[in-house]
Amino acid sequence: MEAATLTTRRSVRHRIFSTGLFSTDHRVIARQYFFLSLFAVVVGVCLSLLMRFHLVWPQAKVSWFEKIWSVRAESGIMTEELYLSLMTLHGTIMVFFVLTLAPLNAFANLVLPEQLGQREMAFPRLNMLSFWVTMASFLTLIASCVLDEGGPIAGWTAYPPLSAVGSVSGPGEGLGQTFWFFSIGVFCIGSLLSAMNIISTVIECRRPGMSLMQMPLTCWNWFVTAILSVLSFPVLLAAGLLILLDRLAGTSFFVPGDLLIAERNVDHSGGSPLLWQHLFWFFGHPEVYIAILPGMGIVSHIISNFSRRPPFSYRASVWAPIAIAFLGMLVWGHHMFISGISPYSALTFSLVTMSIGAPSAALTLNWLGTAFQSPRLELNTAMLFCLGFVSLFVTGGLTGLFLGQPEIDAYFHDTAFVVAHFHMIMGMAALFAVFAATFYWFPLMFGRMLGEELGKLHFYLTFVGAYALFLPMHFAGFAGNPRRYADFTNFDFLKPVMPLQRWITMTAFALGAVQLIFIWNLFWSMLRGAPAPSNPWSGATLEWNPEGELPGGEPYFYPVKMDVTT
Amino acid sequence: MLLGLILLAIIFAAGFLFLHPPVWFPVAITSAAVAYDRQFLWTLWIAGILFLAAHLVLAWIVLRRKDAGENACSTGIRASWLAAVAMIAVEVALAAHGTSPLTAGAPRDFETIEVWAHQFAWNFRYAGPDGVFGRVKTEFIADAAGNPVGIDPSDSRGKDDIVASTLRIPAGRDVRLLLHSRDVIHDFFVRELRTKQDIVPGMTIPLDIHADRPGQYEIACAELCGLAHNQMHSILIVMPASEYDQWKLQH
Repeated sequence: MEAATLTTRRSVRHRIFSTGLFSTDHRVIARQYFFLSLFAVVVGVCLSLLMRFHLVWPQAKVSWFEKIWSVRAESGIMTEELYLSLMTLHGTIMVFFVLTLAPLNAFANLVLPEQLGQREMAFPRLNMLSFWVTMASFLTLIASCVLDEGGPIAGWTAYPPLSAVGSVSGPGEGLGQTFWFFSIGVFCIGSLLSAMNIISTVIECRRPGMSLMQMPLTCWNWFVTAILSVLSFPVLLAAGLLILLDRLAGTSFFVPGDLLIAERNVDHSGGSPLLWQHLFWFFGHPEVYIAILPGMGIVSHIISNFSRRPPFSYRASVWAPIAIAFLGMLVWGHHMFISGISPYSALTFSLVTMSIGAPSAALTLNWLGTAFQSPRLELNTAMLFCLGFVSLFVTGGLTGLFLGQPEIDAYFHDTAFVVAHFHMIMGMAALFAVFAATFYWFPLMFGRMLGEELGKLHFYLTFVGAYALFLPMHFAGFAGNPRRYADFTNFDFLKPVMPLQRWITMTAFALGAVQLIFIWNLFWSMLRGAPAPSNPWSGATLEWNPEGELPGGEPYFYPVKMDVTT
Repeated sequence: MLLGLILLAIIFAAGFLFLHPPVWFPVAITSAAVAYDRQFLWTLWIAGILFLAAHLVLAWIVLRRKDAGENACSTGIRASWLAAVAMIAVEVALAAHGTSPLTAGAPRDFETIEVWAHQFAWNFRYAGPDGVFGRVKTEFIADAAGNPVGIDPSDSRGKDDIVASTLRIPAGRDVRLLLHSRDVIHDFFVRELRTKQDIVPGMTIPLDIHADRPGQYEIACAELCGLAHNQMHSILIVMPASEYDQWKLQH
């Protein structure tokens, strides 16, 4: 009797720990990453709606604000420091826990091994570890905001000295900011472990006979993204450690001497605030590509699938992301045109930045070319999101032409124009790729189909909403509307922008509400959706055909079957 | 079908917005700002044409009849490379043009004014009749006592320095601002000049400006500097040069 209970207990424990929470199975880990980023994106969107609300009605009294933030919204009115802490959390959550985790960690874990003809990642335990390290980072980030003094207010870029001298520089800059840096450091470790795993899997674990140039484009893009991660996250980790030393151990890497902050002398000397910006953006710009490159691969793959055509040019679709990644490592200075760098280095960074347009154009022409060649375009939800991605990628990319020129950037830098630019390309475009991937690989995740009717409705409303929200936001930038302002009441020139800001807030709430369709569709389909056939999209890659055999019997790798033109 | 129509609607909406913009750039008060607007419009045309082309192709692909059969076009690959290379050429030319002030050279004869930023206010220091700035030290900074930049009382050259919370500059003359911050990073932004420059503690960054049109323009902080960042407001007063000289003498 006792033995039987023990066995049951053991098996329960086994189910929870070995096959559930601490599973080393790559698909379980993929789902864990997926749900973590889903939770993060819901939080991130709610934060943005709170911000949009405050920007338009800064004096509004809301009773439940007071209940949540008893200090920072004491009378039910959101304070400036509350706004800035929500903004910091929004940026951090979206960049790290949504745009890094969902396109790369969730979907690479889901299908990379099978697409390479394998059953597992190279290091399954490391994989499990990297998820839980990332989870620890997320919990640390949440902790940074619930500590008694509240979350940090220095933005996701955390420029020192604001972020480096402790609570003297502002509310939330004490323990909250310290926890924030810890969280980011831990995140770097999780991402590094995961990226090393992906690189090893691609290099070592391909099915015998599959050359690199026979890999699906998704694998290529995850591979290149993982290399970018390995090159850039250690720099952020190092910078984070240095700034923690500045904060906790009295060093002065980033804080110059002779500062007087809030009437108090700060005991530092000889550091350079610009050093942080160089280190941060040496990570930060590749990070943009870490967010978007997996999306490019997903879109290349899915457009090809539903065009029933091989990619327009497989080689170009492989080399363009490599070129983008290479150039992307060399352009961090374009975030610093107005920071106080030499105009000559600004010119260099500008020329390299602009040259990224060429591989981006090559990729866009590939997507258009693939769809153009199609005898019969299948416009299901995944494909619609991919075509939406192409549109948003083009629009968001083209505003980069303005920001890449130092002189033009001098006006637009830190205005709503920049916010509109990166939300269009890094926010919306990257999320469209995630939506596409979710619809496409949902059968592999949950064995069911994700509802198409609601999916299409969600797509059309989101696509229209994205343009209705972010296209007008560029105009606020034309008027010089600065970003990171808690409200717009102190400047006369911002008064004419208010009707536009109200429009943006309204569309933001509408766009947020539309996402409920997706959430409902996701959970309903997960539980009640139509059971998925083994290869619902007639996909030509190995995750749908684990045996790797065509009906005719020949082994088939992606380009052999698909890429007939090159 | 619906997607194609939406894409066309987006093209029309974008065109409409640019023809009837809800808000637009403020007046340009200097030749550099006029040049800025020209470079902006030039970039807007290029971006607009590329936007239009990509979206028309995308809409056409979705809307065209579906019995097209296989549209093999091997020459298309070459065309795409040509287009991509052309894009590089256009963009590099744009970028080079967008940095043209590099070649303009620094002005020889200019009025020097110091900008002192701190959480969350602006101060501006003029050298006074002797034309020399007095020595400053952080230990002498006392906002309440009217010494927000920390002029050393023992330095006689500083006695005639003027410190004000609005920035007055003479119209038609070159001005060099020397940007200082005593605490965190701020940013000097005047929309009508079409320029901004970070103010980094520990560094003195020069910013050459020139305004031709007298008037009052708002100065905003454009780099997140703490909780009241959005309140860091001041005024740039561009005065006729003679009035400016008069004003300086009176102080």
